[in-house]
Amino acid sequence: MAAASREVPPPPPSRLRSIAAWFYRHPNWTLVALLAVPMAWMLVVYVGSLSALLAQSFFRLDDFSGRIIREFGLSTYQQLFSAANVDIVVRTTVMAALVTVTCALIAFPLAYYMARYASFRMKTILYLAVLLPLWSSYLVRVYTWKIILAQEGIVTWVFETLGLKGVLDSILDIPGIGGSSLSFSYIGMFLVFVYIWLPYMILPINTALERVPKSLMEASADLGARPGYTFRRVILPLAFPGVVAGSIFTFSLTLGDYIIPGVIGNSSFFIGQVVYAQQGTAGNIPLAAAFTVVPVLIMIVYLTVARRLGAFDAL
Amino acid sequence: MRSSDHASFGLKISAGAALIFLHFPIFIVVLYAFTTEESSFRFPPPGLTLDWIGALFERADFWRALGLSIQTAAIATFLALILGTLIALALARASFFGRDQISLLVILPIALPGIVSGIALRSAISILGIPFSTWTIILGHATFCIVTVYNNVVARLRRTSQTQMEASMDLGASSFQTFRYIVLPNIATALLAVGMLSFALSFDEVIVTTFTAGQQQTLPIWIYSQLLRPRDRPVTNVAALFVVAVTFIPIIFAHYMTREAHE
Repeated sequence: MAAASREVPPPPPSRLRSIAAWFYRHPNWTLVALLAVPMAWMLVVYVGSLSALLAQSFFRLDDFSGRIIREFGLSTYQQLFSAANVDIVVRTTVMAALVTVTCALIAFPLAYYMARYASFRMKTILYLAVLLPLWSSYLVRVYTWKIILAQEGIVTWVFETLGLKGVLDSILDIPGIGGSSLSFSYIGMFLVFVYIWLPYMILPINTALERVPKSLMEASADLGARPGYTFRRVILPLAFPGVVAGSIFTFSLTLGDYIIPGVIGNSSFFIGQVVYAQQGTAGNIPLAAAFTVVPVLIMIVYLTVARRLGAFDAL
Repeated sequence: MRSSDHASFGLKISAGAALIFLHFPIFIVVLYAFTTEESSFRFPPPGLTLDWIGALFERADFWRALGLSIQTAAIATFLALILGTLIALALARASFFGRDQISLLVILPIALPGIVSGIALRSAISILGIPFSTWTIILGHATFCIVTVYNNVVARLRRTSQTQMEASMDLGASSFQTFRYIVLPNIATALLAVGMLSFALSFDEVIVTTFTAGQQQTLPIWIYSQLLRPRDRPVTNVAALFVVAVTFIPIIFAHYMTREAHE
């Protein structure tokens, strides 16, 4: 390393040096010194904010005056458990689960190809190909799907050109998931969610697969396993933490998104939209706060399980 | 039989299909930036024109939003680089009580849905009576950029050989000197790369920003407000293309920086 061979100035007997020496002799205080500022930031800014939010959820909105009453109580949670609100939670969670599973199914072959078969050069290209959509603007990508799925857009055009307009129409007629056009339907929303979060699934799976030692596959083959068997019994279990790591993102991001259901989708609400509407126009911050407690609880359970499954190492 | 060295046809097809799925919308963004159609998303476009590029250049609100985005992303990245690197230095090799809790705390802002972070920050800011400003936007952005910095720097520190640092100390360098002459050069490319990624992340953030911004519009918020206005569609299309083009450059550069160090 060029950097290591650079000439280092001789140690002057300075104050800085004695401080350094003191920290060297006290590794625990070194940790404290390193962590004090960032941990203070995280605790004050982030944990503090989360606690403020949690506290808000126990307050309630006075229906007559529209003011927030700062008294500890559970009436907001009572409101949260109304049938309509439970519906919203279930709808959002089911969507998040479907999106996560679909992302995993689409991501795995690509991640596997990247990790296993691609040449070094090809790997670089594929890696960039996954990163570019991930880092290019989220809103622009949602917007472009609005263009693609619009009634007069490219999907309709393709179906028409192929003479399959009837197929598209009958898909859109399916009650519950259809709509006036793909850009106002659950199907469209599902597609966009899968598209937007897909890179978050590909990368951790790829990381996990990259770590599977080649010798393990060879050993499995030497012991007489067919490739399919090696895949199921050796590769898949080792890649699984990567899938779980990816699912943290796809699941959590779907739970909290209010833009995709707002831009693509019909009028039925998702958790994110309720939170946004309740804290904004409705001014019911306690209910908005109570709603956010739902995804937080879901994610805490999810993260606890994910950590047991070793997903944090694949992040 | 040795495990085969060639991907099966089915695997190639599904990998290729996923790639096309990932990139097809970006072609659509490019195409629609030049359409002559003003109000609908008609495909195929009736004609192509460069007029909308000029129209975008005349929009002062667009440039203001762009300026604010660059400013907040730069400051948030700077703060996140310092805080994230400090955590990475502390956690890279040490094992101590509470280490897992700290790493969980750092991951939390990206593991929890953005809207949770957004509304939490908003409640805290309004409870404390702090006026919403550029700084409240930066506060939120820096918080979720810390984890990106931490993840990347910690990975690089773990790949840096411990022997170099020990040698430096053995030769009489103080820990500050070791940091300055050994650790910093070793993590420099990682810092540069992750700096660019945090910049892109902050530049693009919309959900948390919606909650922590007052009247100011960052670029994503500007785009969001445009989405709801069909009259301005052609300008929105060009802005979309512009944003995609601008974000591509740092990513390719960042990737180049980190790849060099892998070998």
